[in-house]
Amino acid sequence: MKQEDTPVLETKSLGIQFGGLKAVNDVNIEIYKGELIGLIGPNGAGKTTIFNLITGIYTPTTGSYLLCGERMNGLKTHQVVNAGIARTFQNIRLFKKMTVLDNVRVAFNKNMKANLLQSIFRTPYYWKEEADTTAKAMDLLKLFKLDGFADQYAENLPYGKQRLLEIARALATDMKLLLLDEPAAGMNPVETAELKESIKMLREKFGIPILLIEHDMSLVMSICERIYVLNFGEILASGTPDEIASNKDVIEAYLGKEDEGGEV
Amino acid sequence: MPKIMKKKYIINIIAVAMVFLLLCLLFDTGLLGRKAAYFNGLVTIGMFYTIIVCSLNLLTGYMGEFSLGHAGFMSIGAYTSAIATTLISDHAELPNIVLYLLAIVIGGLAAAIVGVLVGIPALRLSGDYLCIVTVAVAEIVRVILSNFGIPAITGSATFGKSFAGIAKVSDYHYVFITMVICITVMYCYIRSRYGRALISIREDRIAAAASGINVTKTKVMTFTISAAFAGVAGAIYAHYITTLVPTYFNFSKSSEFLAIVILGGSGSMTGSIVAAPILSALPQLISYVFPEFASYRMLIYAIVLVVVMIFKPSGLFGGKEFSLPNLLLDRNYRKKKVSLDENKA
Amino acid sequence: MTKLIQSLMYGLNLGSIYALTALGYTMVYGIIRMINFAHGDFIMVGGFTLFYTIPVMKNMGLPLWFAVVVAIGVCVVVGVLTEQIAYKPVRGQGSTTALITALGMSLVLENGALVLFGSAPRNVPPMFSLPTIELLGASIPGQTLLTLAIGIIVMVILSFFIKYTKLGKAMRAVPEDKVASTLVGINVNKIITITFAIGSGLAAIASMMYTTSYVSIKNELGISLGLKAFVAAVLGGIGSVAGAMIGGLLLGIVEILVKVYMLPGTYEAVTYLILIVVLLVRPTGLLGKAVSEKV
Repeated sequence: MKQEDTPVLETKSLGIQFGGLKAVNDVNIEIYKGELIGLIGPNGAGKTTIFNLITGIYTPTTGSYLLCGERMNGLKTHQVVNAGIARTFQNIRLFKKMTVLDNVRVAFNKNMKANLLQSIFRTPYYWKEEADTTAKAMDLLKLFKLDGFADQYAENLPYGKQRLLEIARALATDMKLLLLDEPAAGMNPVETAELKESIKMLREKFGIPILLIEHDMSLVMSICERIYVLNFGEILASGTPDEIASNKDVIEAYLGKEDEGGEV
Repeated sequence: MPKIMKKKYIINIIAVAMVFLLLCLLFDTGLLGRKAAYFNGLVTIGMFYTIIVCSLNLLTGYMGEFSLGHAGFMSIGAYTSAIATTLISDHAELPNIVLYLLAIVIGGLAAAIVGVLVGIPALRLSGDYLCIVTVAVAEIVRVILSNFGIPAITGSATFGKSFAGIAKVSDYHYVFITMVICITVMYCYIRSRYGRALISIREDRIAAAASGINVTKTKVMTFTISAAFAGVAGAIYAHYITTLVPTYFNFSKSSEFLAIVILGGSGSMTGSIVAAPILSALPQLISYVFPEFASYRMLIYAIVLVVVMIFKPSGLFGGKEFSLPNLLLDRNYRKKKVSLDENKA
Repeated sequence: MTKLIQSLMYGLNLGSIYALTALGYTMVYGIIRMINFAHGDFIMVGGFTLFYTIPVMKNMGLPLWFAVVVAIGVCVVVGVLTEQIAYKPVRGQGSTTALITALGMSLVLENGALVLFGSAPRNVPPMFSLPTIELLGASIPGQTLLTLAIGIIVMVILSFFIKYTKLGKAMRAVPEDKVASTLVGINVNKIITITFAIGSGLAAIASMMYTTSYVSIKNELGISLGLKAFVAAVLGGIGSVAGAMIGGLLLGIVEILVKVYMLPGTYEAVTYLILIVVLLVRPTGLLGKAVSEKV
């Protein structure tokens, strides 16, 4: 098989059971290079659970998932990140009492080489690496127009900026696949528009494939190439936004009660 | 190294040297007369307290976990180093400084080894559960030390439940330098990428892992470093006090260390450095200055602790650091600090 | 065999002392997520109350067990005061502050007792003079059996109280969800105070049991006994009432068996070793519920 044909992410009948409940069952998702894929579904459909499975927070009870053809089952979260999957969280999880700059610098940690002794004795290499990391982190912050807040505690950022900082932090891990969990949740229309621009910019600048969970239908429909619809832990439908919008099952299960868009 | 850092280092070195010279002036010139020995003792005790309190702050302030068993790690350092130096000095006549260095290295290593062995399984737990495991470990160590007297391997020291005749090599000059090095090492650790990883775990364990941080490894490493410095403090204590009794390293001692960390300000090295010498000396000073209050000293101490918790739970420094170079070099430092506080409020 | 039965009875007796104390820890922990280190010292307070009131009862010609009623009263007052003065102001300030405040209150009580009563151990006069009873060939002091019976009865009553009374139900509801409890009309502050009162009362009964069997008390009694009882609570699964009882009884029996059949001086180490092993295998204790974090 040619390299281009290996999906960046492939889940093979991935599933997890909590007690008797099949929270996620037989999920097959494929994401190829440069794609922006939406993952939608009603509340409790198991979208975030899929993210938790892919990032090693939960261990799948059935099936497997592969990153660029490498089997990832059983890896711990930090190993998954090191292999190249980064994510954001539905309920923002920033390091609140750390500066905005440090939030991003933490994520560069995995590619830093200064060992314990070099760090404690502050050798020239330590200083060089710290300076490089800071510069790279500032570049990332600039992309999201957060550089002006670098010295502030993350908890003091406005809500929309916190979401962007989370994305910036995820980018710093130098990943092959980015998972965004409801990045627009709780945002006002202006912030959502800003977010949309940021996501577009990410794709143009980095070409990273993105898997996006989102309740904001207009956002999903306008930027995603393909969409997977999840209902009761199973894939209900998949296809282009147009196909999804006209799919009877989907309309019944999901779009029929579309007023969920503004939920926090 | 950035230029500004060089300047800061020079200022810090000068400041530390000045404190050192002040101590020399007080104790080596006979300025204090007959009281010199007494205050010398208070200062030496204050210095090993500073080391162990800072090491505990590493866990409490930066990792966000409690240890109520640091006296246990301290006792391991104390006993191991004391046995080692007693054995060595029976076979060879060594200068004090060599014996002292051997003591703190051996004490630190021994406590670090136990730290790894305890940390790897125990750090899967967190919060109150980890806290109670540290208590359990320290109590086990204490019970072992209380029950299994160290067999008399040599003639020069009495071994057993209490361990006397340890070489008195913890001279305050050495101890001061050791303390400065220990604090510097811990400070540099916190400010390095390891420290950032550590603080991120304190803030949000799951987000830290999702940012590529190996949570377990970072925690075990920090726990080990913390235990090692507790061991160093123990070695200093053993070679200052010269007689060890296992009951000294009990639960009350561990909780005293934790109380000092919190009173100084959890997450503030400056807080620990200021609080440890003062609070270790305070009960002694109360009974020294007001002998009639001797029996009240611990009661007063305890009441102060509770009152501080009620009215200023973040402690003296509340997670902030004081920096002399910044104060001198950065005219905006004071202003900046104020604005940061405003942001927090 | 007689030695075994004797050891088991002593173990049960010690175990129910631990269990009664552990109940105080576990109920308070369940409701405000705080290790009340001062709880062990409540037993010391109860012990000294007995020490001073038993002779008074004797002089006044009253039945000696009246002293226990006084001890319960004193312990409840001390417990509720501790909660009101020290713990209530720091509620909501985070677990560090709560932990240190509790350690501080423990020190306050311990050193307060040092100032008031001195550091010499005191012997509490016997309250009951019962004959030694032969049980399956083993001879066991009557008062040990009596206190054991009292301890077990108290635990049974408490279980029924928590399970079936309105107040007991409220006490179970608050740890589940404070906000929801308030919404359904439970006065959370009142429940917390009542929990402290019950816990302290249990501590007084534990001190009665302790002094009957072990006689000697001193100001440091709280730390050693309290730590052990806390271990029992964690062992059983902190927050679980049944867990505290099982943990306490288990610990008492193990300690006595180690004392009798193994190295007597090492029983404390064995206790703590068991705790570590249990926590590593079952991180929430024997009956504790696992709480998973929502991601």
